[in-house]
Amino acid sequence: MSTRIAIASGKGGTGKTTVALNLFTILGDTIAEKIELVDCDVEEPNDQIFFKHAELESQENIYQIVPHIDEDLCIFCRNCVEYCEFNAIVVLPGVKFAEVNKSLCHSCGACSIACAQEAILEYPQKIGMVNSYGIKNQIKLKEGRLKIGSVMQTRLIKELKNRISGDSDIIIYDSPPGTSCPVVETISDTDYVILVTEPTLFGLHDLKLMVNLMKEVNIPYGVVVNKAGLGDNEVYDYLKNQKIDLLGEITFSKDYASIYAQGEIIENMPESIKYQYDHIIEKLMQKLEDD
Amino acid sequence: MKTLITASDNNTEALFDKRFGRAAWFCVYDEDSKDIKFIENMNVNANNGAGTKAAEKAVELDIKKIISGDFGPKAKDLLTKFQIQMVIIQEDELTINQIINTLTG
Repeated sequence: MSTRIAIASGKGGTGKTTVALNLFTILGDTIAEKIELVDCDVEEPNDQIFFKHAELESQENIYQIVPHIDEDLCIFCRNCVEYCEFNAIVVLPGVKFAEVNKSLCHSCGACSIACAQEAILEYPQKIGMVNSYGIKNQIKLKEGRLKIGSVMQTRLIKELKNRISGDSDIIIYDSPPGTSCPVVETISDTDYVILVTEPTLFGLHDLKLMVNLMKEVNIPYGVVVNKAGLGDNEVYDYLKNQKIDLLGEITFSKDYASIYAQGEIIENMPESIKYQYDHIIEKLMQKLEDD
Repeated sequence: MKTLITASDNNTEALFDKRFGRAAWFCVYDEDSKDIKFIENMNVNANNGAGTKAAEKAVELDIKKIISGDFGPKAKDLLTKFQIQMVIIQEDELTINQIINTLTG
């Protein structure tokens, strides 16, 4: 069984990708023979950019099935409207109008069952793709890439996860920001969640939202304070008061931010930062063993 | 010609509700008969598609003009398709009566 770890944050820009990439790289170099990084930020996947020598191994289009109502066959009985949990179907008997709103449709198929006239046809519609890359040996990267205009983030993340081979020692999910459905889907099957925050008012505000979510899903979690040295001490007081595990800190460094901006954090990890990650991994492994 | 005004309650002294799909009531004003009716919005708490449902209701009621605070893209599509005029009022604190009075001039 693989150990599944998600890196999430609530707030955007706290350093999810940085932490995910560094943990992935260090774990891959040390304790994990087979490891996979999964970029679940399907609206803007960017993990792959940091691996300049990654080789694209496969590319698969992902579809959702959407219904279409044939107005010539439809008797405008509104049965399908009654069945639809998502208010995605508009049927107006008075003007003989029937239409499915694709952006509301969840592809559940209930309307097809509801229709006795066989007026509902289903056809596939592309929502995005899943790309798989090889980094080296058993070290892999997978990403979901949402089609522009599609709102099916959560479904694509689900499909992305279905395509992960279960034989890795460790799987790291780089989560999208926020606390809504795509994030819930990302963390749903994990053994541990690392919440990355920054010691600012904004970081703390969104961390609290994320902590509320964690309580709801009941998955063990700990916090990494990134950009330590910026802002104030409120986040530390909060963690102490709430008895939330602090896995470690990563000191803010302008030089490091500039290495990140150039996409070179994998090749150029400063010793001082590596040391901080080693410390985080040590604590993380301890937590995983405890749970 | 019938006009729909989004309302926070079911009487003419009620405040205008600037939300379209999430308004509690729809006030239907018939400019010819001067008849005023209030219809409860059954989809006010729907998880999805409240705007679409409200637009659907408007088509069903043969409304020609809707007065609200804003219209979402899905509702807008449907209303445009059925050539229902969308009027946006951004003012707060207006009552339904005040809006009807401006209609009758």
